Amino acid sequence: MSKKNDSLGKTIFVVVALCLVCSIIVSGAAIGLKPTQKKNAALDMQRNVLAAAGILEPGMDAAQVYNERVESMVVSLKDYTEVEDKDPTTFDNRKAASDPETSTDVPRSEDIASIGSREDITQIYIIRNQETNQPETVVLHIRGYGLWGTMYGLLALSADDMNTVKGLNFYEHGETPGLGGEITNPKWVQKWIGKKIYGDDGKVKIELVKGGASEDATYKVDALSGATLTSNGVEHLFQYWMGPNGYKPLLDKMREGALING
Amino acid sequence: MASAKEMKSVLFGPIFANNPIALQILGICSALAVTSKMSNTVVMCIALTLVTAFSNLFISIIRNHIPSSVRIIVQMTIIASLVIVVDQILRAYAFSIAKELSVFVGLIITNCIVMGRAEAYAMKSPPFMSFLDGIGNGLGYSIVLLTVGFIRELFGSGSLFGAQILPLASEGGWYVPVGLLVLPPSAFFIIGGFIWVLRTFRTEQVEPKE
Repeated sequence: MSKKNDSLGKTIFVVVALCLVCSIIVSGAAIGLKPTQKKNAALDMQRNVLAAAGILEPGMDAAQVYNERVESMVVSLKDYTEVEDKDPTTFDNRKAASDPETSTDVPRSEDIASIGSREDITQIYIIRNQETNQPETVVLHIRGYGLWGTMYGLLALSADDMNTVKGLNFYEHGETPGLGGEITNPKWVQKWIGKKIYGDDGKVKIELVKGGASEDATYKVDALSGATLTSNGVEHLFQYWMGPNGYKPLLDKMREGALING
Repeated sequence: MASAKEMKSVLFGPIFANNPIALQILGICSALAVTSKMSNTVVMCIALTLVTAFSNLFISIIRNHIPSSVRIIVQMTIIASLVIVVDQILRAYAFSIAKELSVFVGLIITNCIVMGRAEAYAMKSPPFMSFLDGIGNGLGYSIVLLTVGFIRELFGSGSLFGAQILPLASEGGWYVPVGLLVLPPSAFFIIGGFIWVLRTFRTEQVEPKE
């Protein structure tokens, strides 16, 4: 390396030129690929919804099935009506939950699922029967703190009674692989199907139990072995989201036919 | 132009004779983090190999103009830019894998192999040879990662590339998976085993007793 390279002028020139070239490359890649990435993210959420409802099959055209069968709508969790001026195709549940404009802080005493703030408007998905066009499944966003971080999931309920679980899909979590990470194991998710959330008194009755819940125990699901804290987290998030501060009033309304027959 | 023999040694030397992970013990962190599944491992290997090769190439092209006082920063800028580009491409075309690799693609920036090769080789060598050196070191990294990934996925989850090979006992089969292998620390043991086997055959790699 010659001495000329170390002069102040040359150093500044090289650094500035390099920064310019690199920033052009980086921003070019970011902007050029953005449409594809956005499409991917949207498609990924569509697949998650279909998977939660149990109608995702390998190799199917998820986007097409989603467009045919799923109706998504933005609803308010304050007065439990549809929010007309939000476009459900571009609505971001995650953003709504973190934006102070569209969320409310949850008081610590009520925050059993450790979510911090709850969105005031959220997105729900209604899946209709292919033949009768009757609402079949309702898919809701749920989330709660597990062992290592927030577990994001989608819960599918039967549209007939808004009580029977049709599927559960934790699409993003940071739980320990092989232990808490088993919340995504299809075998475990299968155990949820057919369970009921609310008891006759309208309270959240579903719980995770250790040592094996029998298949026909309506309100009991096997806890994950070796993952007590994750299992607790799942139970807590059910208690929160299915409770009076979560979706319960909305589900009560929908059970009477609001929103889903519109 | 360098001789064919030299090219060969630059390209294939790092696989066993001078493996960046096994001999130089560089780049261990990602070897622990991304090897629980083969599909993730393969993508990570390709990403790292490309980044090392191209960062070597670009650094080598401008090596005679890099002021020595800021050379590390210049190298980092080039490496970081390449990593961002790779990350963006993965997000656009391999979304589900990009989601699982998440921060580890970004962490290629701090992978000592990339930086080590840039500083130790690309700063002194012509572009084409540097490029080969990057590919070679990427391959050396890949062979260790693929071995670790193979063992971890096969014995930890009973599958390879997500396809079930050993029927799991929890699903009615006979294989009880080794829970330790799905956790990152197990990669330490496997890398240790890899180094042991390698040094048994290549005794010149054994460090002299102090």
